[in-house]
Amino acid sequence: MRSSRSRGTAGGGRPTGARRPRVSATGDAGVKSGITWAGRLGSCGCGLLIAVLAQVGSLPLFIVTVLAIVSVTVGVGLFALPVVMIAVRGLANYQRRVSGEWSGVRIDVPYRSAGEVDAYEAVGSWRHCRRLLADPATWRDLVWMLLDAPIGLVLGLLPASLVAYGLNGVFVTPLLWEQMGPRWGFGLIWPIRNQTDAYLAIPQGVLLVVVGLLVASPVLALHARFNRLLLAPTRAARLALRVERLTETRSQSVDAQAAELRRIERDLHDGAQARLVSLGMSLGLADTLVERDPVMVRRLLADAMDSSSAALSELRDLVRGIHPPVLAERGLEGAVRALAVSMALPTEVDLALPSRPRPPVESAAYFAIAEALANATKHSGADRTWVRMWYADGSLWMQVGDNGRGGADPEGGSGLRGLQRRLAAFDGVLELSSPVGGPTLVTMELPCAL
Amino acid sequence: MRVVIAEDLALLREGMVQLLTVHGFDVIEAVDNGPSLLRALLTHRPDVAIVDVRLPPTFTDEGLQAAIKARQEVPGLPVLVLSQHVEQLYARELLSDDRGGVGYLLKDRVFDVLRFVDMVRQVAAGGTVMDPKVVSELLTKHDTATGPIHALTAREREVLALMAEGRSNAGIATILFVTEKAVSKHTHNIFTKLGLAASEDDNRRVLAVLAYLNA
Repeated sequence: MRSSRSRGTAGGGRPTGARRPRVSATGDAGVKSGITWAGRLGSCGCGLLIAVLAQVGSLPLFIVTVLAIVSVTVGVGLFALPVVMIAVRGLANYQRRVSGEWSGVRIDVPYRSAGEVDAYEAVGSWRHCRRLLADPATWRDLVWMLLDAPIGLVLGLLPASLVAYGLNGVFVTPLLWEQMGPRWGFGLIWPIRNQTDAYLAIPQGVLLVVVGLLVASPVLALHARFNRLLLAPTRAARLALRVERLTETRSQSVDAQAAELRRIERDLHDGAQARLVSLGMSLGLADTLVERDPVMVRRLLADAMDSSSAALSELRDLVRGIHPPVLAERGLEGAVRALAVSMALPTEVDLALPSRPRPPVESAAYFAIAEALANATKHSGADRTWVRMWYADGSLWMQVGDNGRGGADPEGGSGLRGLQRRLAAFDGVLELSSPVGGPTLVTMELPCAL
Repeated sequence: MRVVIAEDLALLREGMVQLLTVHGFDVIEAVDNGPSLLRALLTHRPDVAIVDVRLPPTFTDEGLQAAIKARQEVPGLPVLVLSQHVEQLYARELLSDDRGGVGYLLKDRVFDVLRFVDMVRQVAAGGTVMDPKVVSELLTKHDTATGPIHALTAREREVLALMAEGRSNAGIATILFVTEKAVSKHTHNIFTKLGLAASEDDNRRVLAVLAYLNA
C-alpha cells in the first residue's frame, strides 16, 4: 500500500499511541501492537536487523564520519563529508522509521533543511559542509552511532539469542548431548551427565523461547527510546524547524490570498460589472425609444433581463467560491451533507463534531472535502464515495474514500497539491492511500480547538 | 389570493409586494425576520407564503426552518421559498412531508414575471415547483443513477423534469412540441413505472417529483 505523508520534516511532536482512531483498519503501516505471536517473532527479527545495522552501519559509519570531519581541515572532507552524511542520515532516518513502525515511538526528522541544494552541487561546497557541521543533529547522529554500536548489538541480539538458545535446548541438546562433550550442558543443568538431564533441557528451552518472544517488543521499545534520546530533534531544533515551517506556510497562504483576491477582482471586473453596464445601456436605450419603437423596447428589456440573470449567476458562482452560502447557513456538517446530496455519485456521510469549528477552519475543511470528493468523482471511476468527519486529539479529522481504481498520486495532480497547501496554512496534514486497483482513501487532519 | 411575504431586504420586499399586488394578489403581511414569519403564517394561514431562505436574526436558513415548522403545524400550508442559491438538500427538506404546495426557486426567477406569478398560483393550488437549476443538476446526476428512475425512457425523464419545474401537462406539451394527449400518456407511464397507482392526480405529481429528487 502506497502512503504518503506530506508534512515534510517538521512534526508537531504530538504524543503517539492511539492517535488515529478508525484509520488504522485501512492498512496503514501503523503501530504494531505485538500482541500476536507472529508479531513477537517479527520483533525478534527486527531486533536482529538492528543488531546487524549497529555493526555494519553505525560502527563503520561512525569511523568514516569522524575521518571525514577531520579531513575537512585538509580539504578532502569537503568532498567526502556530504556523501558520508547522506549515508548517515539515511541510516538514522531508517532507524527513526523502524522505531515509529515497530514501537510506536514517533521520531521526527531533525535536520535543518538544506534549502535548494542539489546533491552534486553540495559535494565539494564549503558552505554546505559548514551547514552540515553547524547542525546539532549531525553531532547527535554521531554520538548516536557510537553508542548504537554496543547498545544496538546487545538489545538487538537479546530476544533472538534467547529464542535461539531455547530452541537449541528443545531440539538439539536432548538429541546431541553426547556428541557435545562431557563439559557441555544447558541452562541450569550443567554439565549434562545422562539422558534424563538432557530431557530437562526441553522445559527450560521452551521457557527461554517464550521469554525471548515476550521480551522482544519491550526490548525493541527500549531501543526505540534510546533512538529517540539522540535522534529526535532537540527543543531548540524543533522550534527552529517549526519557525522554518511556519515561515513557509505563511508565505504560501499570503500568496494564495493575493492570488484569490486578484481572481475575484478580475471575475467581478470582466463579469458582473460588465453585464450591469450592458444592462444599464439597454435600459437607457429603451427609455429613449419607449414612444418611437415599442417592439424594440420589448427586445431591449428582454436583453436587460438576460444580462441581469447572467450577472446574478456569475455572482452566485463567485460567492460560492469565496464562502459557500450553505456553509454560512448550516455550518460545516450541514454544508457537507448538502455537498453529499448534490454529488453525482451516491455519497455516504458519517459526521460527528462536538461543536462548530472557527469560521476559517470550517471553510478550509469544507473546501478540502469538496475538492477531495470532486477528485473522486472525476478521476476514480468509482460508483460510490463516502465522507467521514470526527474530532479527536485536538484535530478535526476528515476522510474521503471511494471504491474506484486507485493510483492517485499527489505529485501528479494539481488538485491534491492545492489541497495540501490549503491544509498546510492551518498546519494540517493530508495522507493519501491509493494503491493501484483501489480503493482510494484521503485522510486529512486539521488541528483546531473545538 | 392572500399572501404573506418574508424578505429582509426592504428594496426586494417592496418590489415583491408591488409585483404581486399589480397581479391581483392580496398581500396581507410582509415581514422581515424568522419569528415574525412563523407568527404571521400561523395567525393568517395565507393561501400562499413567499419566503426568503436567509432571514434575521441569525441570517442562516431561518426562513426555510420557519416554513418547515409552519407546515408541521398547518399541513400542506403552501410555501414558495426563494433563495440566492439553491441546494438539493433544502429541496429535499421542503418536500420531506410528502405533500404538495411547495416551491423552491432562485430569486432571479421573478424576472420572468408572468411565469413567476403562474408558479405562485401553482404552489397555492397544492402543486410542486422546483427551480430549473435543481432539476438540471438532478438530470446530470440521474445519468448515472439506478433504481426505478432508471427505468424511465429519455422522453419520460424529460417530462418528469418539466413536471418537477411545476409545469402543467399543457405547458409541457408546448415546450416539447407534442400534443397534450401524448404528455398525459407519458405521465401515466411515469406513475406506473414509479409505482404510483391510483389516488388523485395532483398528489401523484408531487410524489413523482419526490421520487425524482430522492433518486
